[in-house]
Amino acid sequence: MTSTLVRPASVKHAAPRTRKRGDGRLALVFLAPVLIGFGVFYLYPAVRGAWFSMTDWNMLSEPEFVGLDNYERLVADPLFWNAMKVTGFYVVMTVAVQVGLGLLLAALLHRLTRSLVVRTLLVVPWLVPGVTTALLWMWLLDANLGFVNHLLVGVGLQNQGFLTSPDLALPSISLINSWSGTGYTALLLYAGMLLIPKQIYEASAIDGAGELRLFFKVTLPLLRPILAFVLVISLISAVQLFDTVAVATKPGGGPVNATRVIYFYIYQRAFTNFQMGYASAMALTLVLVLGVLTFVQLRLLRASTSDLS
Amino acid sequence: MRRALGWACLILAIVISLFPLYWMIRTAMTPGRELAGDNSGFFPQNPTLFNFERVLGLVSPEESRAAGGSGAELNFFRYLGNSIVYTGLITIFQTLFCGMAGYAFARLQFFGRDVLFGLFVGALMVPPIFTLLPNFVLVKELGLLDSTAGLIAPSLLMTPFAVFFLRQFFLGFPREVEQAALIDGATKWTIFWRVVLPMTKGPLFTLALTTAVWTWNDYLWPLLVAPGEDTRVLTTALGLFLKQSPNTHPDWTGLMAGSVLSVIPVLLLVAVFGRRLVDSIQFSGMKG
Repeated sequence: MTSTLVRPASVKHAAPRTRKRGDGRLALVFLAPVLIGFGVFYLYPAVRGAWFSMTDWNMLSEPEFVGLDNYERLVADPLFWNAMKVTGFYVVMTVAVQVGLGLLLAALLHRLTRSLVVRTLLVVPWLVPGVTTALLWMWLLDANLGFVNHLLVGVGLQNQGFLTSPDLALPSISLINSWSGTGYTALLLYAGMLLIPKQIYEASAIDGAGELRLFFKVTLPLLRPILAFVLVISLISAVQLFDTVAVATKPGGGPVNATRVIYFYIYQRAFTNFQMGYASAMALTLVLVLGVLTFVQLRLLRASTSDLS
Repeated sequence: MRRALGWACLILAIVISLFPLYWMIRTAMTPGRELAGDNSGFFPQNPTLFNFERVLGLVSPEESRAAGGSGAELNFFRYLGNSIVYTGLITIFQTLFCGMAGYAFARLQFFGRDVLFGLFVGALMVPPIFTLLPNFVLVKELGLLDSTAGLIAPSLLMTPFAVFFLRQFFLGFPREVEQAALIDGATKWTIFWRVVLPMTKGPLFTLALTTAVWTWNDYLWPLLVAPGEDTRVLTTALGLFLKQSPNTHPDWTGLMAGSVLSVIPVLLLVAVFGRRLVDSIQFSGMKG
């Protein structure tokens, strides 16, 4: 039905004329579903979210405009700062482990094998739903019957309540998600390494460079744009930690706030305390903080320039 | 020697990746009453499939309690079905609509194209929780809580990521093919449906796989909008199962059986489409 929209009158002149006039109407057809989706579920909620953040609203009565009160409250809220701190620790730990081990694995894959099976097996944990990962590790880390504690006892150490100890809970959550994300990160980095021309390795090998030297002098510098990209997406996804905390910690975010990351805190304010205004203010603040962080990260790593060109 | 050391590291990584999943299956096949005394051997002493029957709602609550379960009503058949509908609809429509849009951004000339695309890329950087709160409010206002429509609405038509991804993909599609068709008198609309789409079916499918995995694994959104028994999906059902299980003695064998169910479809995808899946992940890295 829509195929008649832009049918040119004469085929001969069709190509140059369409170019000049553009494909406006056709583009509208191609874009209609996406434009509706973007307008209704991204733009409109973004505007609304900003509006909510300036109201006091429990989702039952009418929202009441309070200006910047929510932001003032946020600055003075120790739980907010705690959540930012917990999130910060978690992000640094998780990104360091995922990208560090990911680099190691990617380099090993790159230098040893092109095997698809090996890569597939390494990425399997990333495909497991977060909820399942959380349950699975709760069981593995169980203080009495868990497999990890069997191992600890087996080598003569003490049982640990990994998820119930205030000191161990956050590192445990971080390791759980490193289990699920490291293979994925390695795969992204490996894909980047494939872009480095083989000749560079061959030439350096003739010059007598060892594997370690190759890694630090060739792979790492030439990988920088991909590394920057991987760091940014690791950071963004680590900030969004929710599933594992919601499922595996008791009470959620505990013990004693040790794992109450910002996503979980926003969720609690909105859906446990029904403070939609305050939750929205925190969410918008998070948007801004992440925007600045991403910008700084990309700048520092000079992501858009490659040493290859 | 060096290579041997390298391979040792890789194999260790594979073991660490897979062992927890093996342990999940092992636990799911251990009779609930025996778990306290049978939780360290490599195989369960008396392997059973009873836990699966239990979580799928195939045995009576009394039998379930007798086997060490909580006796809570469990119907993972339904949740499995809901998850399949949720994942299936979103994957199909999102890929289709975002494919159309990606093609328009890559190939058509129109007013405001770059501004619009810039807006989409900007939206990529926004953590989803910011739009999730108002979207929840919207779904609630529309009276769509606990309905499939409410569950799928926000992701059915698009995600900025999918549009971005597919635009990058179509940019790499050889122009000559389309130009040849254009000279033959085809309109751009027919070219897309009759020429470009059939030729890119494979890669599009590859991208759809990633969407499917993400949707399948989604937790927070279904938790908010579809908590009810009729629309509950697998991930939220598992979370609830844990909450209903007694704190002091979680029903680990049942929980692990449910966990296995949540992983089976993903593992099937890996077994059947392993190469495509790995390719799509690597592709997303290179184009990003």
